Amino acid sequence: MRRAAALARFSWELVAGDDWLVAVGVVAALCLTAAVAHDHVRAWWLMPVAVVGLLALSIRRAARRLRAPHTSRSSRSG
Amino acid sequence: MRIALLFAAAFLASAVEMVEALTIVLAVGLTRGWRSTLAGAGAAAIVLAALVGALGPALTLVPIDALRLVVGGVLLAFGLQWLRKAILRAGGCLAHRDEDRIYERERERARRAADGERAGLDWYSFTIAFKGVLLEGLEVALVVVAFAADRGGSVAITAAAAGAALVLVAGAGLLVRAPLGRVPENTLKLAVGLMLTTFGTFWGGEGAGVSWPGGDAAIPVVLAVYLAVSAALVRLLRRDRLVAA
Repeated sequence: MRRAAALARFSWELVAGDDWLVAVGVVAALCLTAAVAHDHVRAWWLMPVAVVGLLALSIRRAARRLRAPHTSRSSRSG
Repeated sequence: MRIALLFAAAFLASAVEMVEALTIVLAVGLTRGWRSTLAGAGAAAIVLAALVGALGPALTLVPIDALRLVVGGVLLAFGLQWLRKAILRAGGCLAHRDEDRIYERERERARRAADGERAGLDWYSFTIAFKGVLLEGLEVALVVVAFAADRGGSVAITAAAAGAALVLVAGAGLLVRAPLGRVPENTLKLAVGLMLTTFGTFWGGEGAGVSWPGGDAAIPVVLAVYLAVSAALVRLLRRDRLVAA
């Protein structure tokens, strides 16, 4: 049980990395694109726009956190 | 064009992760001896090769649209992580990875670790080398497998790229017998992040039912847009840092 929990945690950290919002945002963007494309509406622009938005948001969140006093830096050094 | 980009993405991703794994392997090997260290690194390489060998062909059994949707999502998650970290480092918000410092830290740990033999191996050297190579290589192995979702199955091309990176980095490590601290890791990370994010966007979009204008020709356009956005974000971070100073 403990090993299964550790494996689940490792898998989540591998995919989500330092910002879970990006992983959740990617899934949401793919679902939205699929829904729009399903109605035969041109949806090719949705993914790049979502990716740029997610990247900018994530960088902004990280920059604020890293510059704030008494907060630790990114946990992963890779 | 698409094949060249796939090869470059797999090669650069593998090279970056192997430089990081090499630092650990060298620190342990030079401090505690090579036999157990190389056994650990070799065992991890076998596990990674088995993962690619088993998952690559298995993916061909999954319906292509569903596969592209999942693979696109995974590539986007990995690519955006790499890109985010490289932008934060280039913008001065995060310290650059210092292979020399990590090497010294690992050597110190290896010196202090207690001796303990299992199955005729120095267990510390074996497990540290095994974990180092496995953890650094896992993401690359998943990327190589993910590229199998490409039309015609690109797993052979990307596996060859990973193999070429392994030979290059291991050869350089053998020659200099020191961590490859001069490799521009952050620039490579940025390039890999851009390529993974681009392929993730393209395949994820195709899996979601999108028709890209111009087909494959959309790939370099998306890449150029992401490059421009990343450069702008780096400039903004640097400017904010100057203002705050």
